[in-house]
Amino acid sequence: MTGTILSTNGLIKRFGGLLATDNVSLEIATGELHAIIGPNGAGKTTLIRQLSGEMRPTAGSVMLDGQDITAAPMHRRSHMGLARSYQITSIFPDMTARENVALAVQAHDGHSFRFWAPAADDARLAGPALAALDQVGLGARADIPASALSHGEHRQLEIAMALATRPRLLLLDEPMAGMGPDESARMVALLKTLKRSLTIVLIEHDMDAVFQLADRLTVLVYGRAIATGTPEAIRVNREVRQAYLGDGHGG
Amino acid sequence: MAIKPTPTVAVATIVLAGFALLPVYAVLAGDSFVLSLGTRILVMALAAASLNLILGYGGMVSFGHAAYLGVGGYVVGIMAYHGVTSAWVQWPVAILLSAAVALFIGALSLRTRGLYFIMITLAFAQMIYYVGVGLYDYGGDDGLTLNARSDFGGFPSLDDRPQFYYLCFILLVAALYLMKRLVGSRFGQVIRGAKSNDPRMHAIGFPTMRYRLTAFVIAGAVCGLAGVLLANQADFVSPATMHWTRSGDLIVMVVLGGMGSLMGPVYGALTVLALEESLSSLTHYWKIIFGPFLVLVVLFGKGGIAGLIARWERRK
Ligand SMILES: Nc1ncnc2c1ncn2[C@@H]1O[C@H](COP(=O)(O)OP(=O)(O)O)[C@@H](O)[C@H]1O
Ligand SMILES: [Mg+2]
Repeated sequence: MTGTILSTNGLIKRFGGLLATDNVSLEIATGELHAIIGPNGAGKTTLIRQLSGEMRPTAGSVMLDGQDITAAPMHRRSHMGLARSYQITSIFPDMTARENVALAVQAHDGHSFRFWAPAADDARLAGPALAALDQVGLGARADIPASALSHGEHRQLEIAMALATRPRLLLLDEPMAGMGPDESARMVALLKTLKRSLTIVLIEHDMDAVFQLADRLTVLVYGRAIATGTPEAIRVNREVRQAYLGDGHGG
Repeated sequence: MAIKPTPTVAVATIVLAGFALLPVYAVLAGDSFVLSLGTRILVMALAAASLNLILGYGGMVSFGHAAYLGVGGYVVGIMAYHGVTSAWVQWPVAILLSAAVALFIGALSLRTRGLYFIMITLAFAQMIYYVGVGLYDYGGDDGLTLNARSDFGGFPSLDDRPQFYYLCFILLVAALYLMKRLVGSRFGQVIRGAKSNDPRMHAIGFPTMRYRLTAFVIAGAVCGLAGVLLANQADFVSPATMHWTRSGDLIVMVVLGGMGSLMGPVYGALTVLALEESLSSLTHYWKIIFGPFLVLVVLFGKGGIAGLIARWERRK
């Protein structure tokens, strides 16, 4: 069944005099991979923050499954099936990779007022955690402290934590930023697998990856969504070419 | 899981065995002073262990933890004043009241972070301190002398020094075991995660506030129990018990012993009280010696005493 899983209506975010989100109305169709592109400072991360609940919009609304979630806190949205990864790695550095992901599993396995049984020996946590680590290619690094992982591995860990919450909608903020070509290729392959079972909103600067993966794209410039369409339509859109694609890829 | 004989385990075993055997030494040497010092160390270790749960594992820098020492102590003192000396009544009331006070303070302060949290917990503790000063019927500023120690109806008798000592020892070991289970449990993982990266915890689906508040209440309740023991040990409770400098002492014990390590608070309480005892008999200005010592440990001994032991372990 198709339909709209997530939409925004007249979303506005002001930082003082700056309009970081300028009247954005988006519809993310269930099952699609929807890329959001735009130059640095266009307001892509700010948009993700409002979708995930980290930041409240100045005006406008966010709907998930037709329900208004504009005021819903992050943890509630997580339980509604929304997960995100961060542009700037946000993990638990003093825990191992496995513990990082196990926490995400635990968040979705009932309440945590369990004071006695050791979490470390809990197969209900370790099983899904290792599965998620395997899925992103970090299975062999499960017992390494997260702080000791490489930059590329941090990006993978971010995805594993998001996947471990078993989301229906994944918001990815530049998951390939700073990755080498091999790591990027692996991430593209992973996203190809994931898009079969998940709706994904992907912010990415790597245009080859974006045009390979996306079903639809939205172009954001100065906070405004200037175009939405299939990769073919966006490629030939005059306004987009002038505003963005023409002068190379953003940083 | 089998326990490996690492230095961390060895030192912990030696220290705890030393505490277990101290009464034997005291009896053989006819030294009863060492037993009352030992009791005080055990009680302060219990209070520091409760602070370690929220400070060391949960990253909540409460600068008002001594308030619960006072709440627990005053419950014992005031009930004894009115002729209620049964421990079976006094102790549950003291623990529950401490938990309730912690629930109140935590609910109002845990929404803030960093310096604000430190200031708010300090402010609440000062409020409770002044409540104590205002208890004119119970000695006000001068404090309240216990007309009798808590009574278990025979055994254990708090009037018997070794029995009292062993009761404190057993309660401390039980509390340490409780902490060990707590921090390793799912609950403990949430507390640790909230210390490490709270926004990320929310993003993966944890409403962390309720877990942090629960930890705060547990810490308050355990510290209230320490207050009960402290009042009984001193036969006295006064507002000075909950002065902000006492809260500072507890933080020093936790930081010096090693934040977020199980035995850290024990090492911290042992070191602080032993140094206080030996240096203050040498000179009035013992804090001038102790201050720099503390700064050195914090600067160079990351992880406190327990951290030093762990590093020695890794080097081998
Ligand atoms: N918390 C904030 N306070 C003030 N300005 C901000 C804040 N976050 C982002 N901005 C500004 O909003 C604009 C959009 O930023 P961002 O969403 O990070 O862009 P992008 O992710 O597309 O590079 C930028 O000009 C940035 O400086
Ligand atoms: Mg960004």
